[in-house]
Amino acid sequence: MKNFDYDIIVVGAGPAGSTAARYAAAGGAKVLMLEKDRDVGYPVRCGEAVSHEGVSQFIKPDPKWIASSVTKFRLTAPNGNSVMPKLDGGGYVLERRIFDYELAKLAANEGVEVITKAYVYDLLREDGKIVGVKTLIKDQKVDIRSKIVIAADGVESRVGKWAGMDTTCHIRDMESCAQMTLSGIEVDPDVLDFYFGDQVSPGGYLWVFPKGNDTANVGLGLSVEEAKKKSAIKFLHEFVNRKYPKAAMLTHIAGGVPCAKTNSEIVKDNVILVGDAAHQVNPVSGGGIISGMIGGMIGGQVAAEAIFNGEIIHLQEYDKRWHKRLGWRHDVFYNIKNAISGFDDNTLNNICDSALKLSEEKRTLGGIFRAALWNQPSMIIDVAKVFIS
Amino acid sequence: MPQPHLMIHIVPGKCDYCGCCVGVCPEDAIELMESKIALIEDRCTNCRKCVWACPWEVIEFHREGVDHLPKQTPHMLNEAVKF
Repeated sequence: MKNFDYDIIVVGAGPAGSTAARYAAAGGAKVLMLEKDRDVGYPVRCGEAVSHEGVSQFIKPDPKWIASSVTKFRLTAPNGNSVMPKLDGGGYVLERRIFDYELAKLAANEGVEVITKAYVYDLLREDGKIVGVKTLIKDQKVDIRSKIVIAADGVESRVGKWAGMDTTCHIRDMESCAQMTLSGIEVDPDVLDFYFGDQVSPGGYLWVFPKGNDTANVGLGLSVEEAKKKSAIKFLHEFVNRKYPKAAMLTHIAGGVPCAKTNSEIVKDNVILVGDAAHQVNPVSGGGIISGMIGGMIGGQVAAEAIFNGEIIHLQEYDKRWHKRLGWRHDVFYNIKNAISGFDDNTLNNICDSALKLSEEKRTLGGIFRAALWNQPSMIIDVAKVFIS
Repeated sequence: MPQPHLMIHIVPGKCDYCGCCVGVCPEDAIELMESKIALIEDRCTNCRKCVWACPWEVIEFHREGVDHLPKQTPHMLNEAVKF
């Protein structure tokens, strides 16, 4: 075998990439992580909310990357009524630019080399086999050789396509998202707010996630099928003008969230996909930080095992372990998402009213879900699948 | 097959480089770097998925073609590197 510069190259230094790199290096592999932007963690493309339980599997919660600690959801129906279930175990609104940086540091502490402003523009091939990546590093062409490539290159992933995997997200499953960080507004610092209905975000939802007492991420996502008729930014402007006419806008960002099942192929030859690139996103919530990190962890571990087995075929184990851990659940959530996104405003109002009739202690997300089932009995089979196994 | 007439136009300077368009492009026809974006023209089939996906309305569809419109740097890899 010819010389390789690294055992594993990770493309992309978001949460999934950093976690993959960290666990691959912890498994003894020589790892390089490449990031196309000049900074890890910037620009932020995210609503930034995670659960305490999810994030603590990987990193000890630290005030320096926590903008707000949250304890409750508030779900607001189209008619303005709202229910406020508890968030079991609590959660956080992150400062992603610091959070991502800390995750990259954890990887670096395991021995991962990190290069920023390194754009991967193709896979490197030799005798028809993939042997690394072609990059532009600070505008210089550099080829880097590795035995395995882990693609953590996000919603805009192309590495998987070049390796022969279909990573294109169907437009019905891609959520087109816009968000503003607003200051000078009144927010409940411990509540994650969600708004539903045709006026705010047909088939999707709008979020207000607090970052302190007077600042919040206000954003929304809607299926590209819906965005055909009216864009995310138009919906967002309307909501903000109506609800927060005097707010100061600190940042505005766009984004895409693949609310789909996991890609049918996430391993091919010596290339694996993790995170958004693999569509490892909870299709109901659109949350992808923790599930991407779980995908990254499994991918990194399996890749290191493959290096030491000397058997690239061992990478197939990644697909099995991912589906056993979370993938199967996302498949079920995907069906639930399809049912929920079809609810009209009347159904949403009815669900909210049914939930409000529940006693305080029963007013959990599960309780609201049961209320939703009364309105859409066909969902019962899908829900049963989640809870039975 | 690529169509003779390009009808998709990415408005220069308006893009937020979020990648939503790249995620739905079935032809791998969009090149996105840190703060550069361009259509790979000979791959584009004018399917319009990127137009619908763009949260910021940065990508436009022009039935009459886009030859007369100001372009993004068309082949930035070639431009960035001296061959």
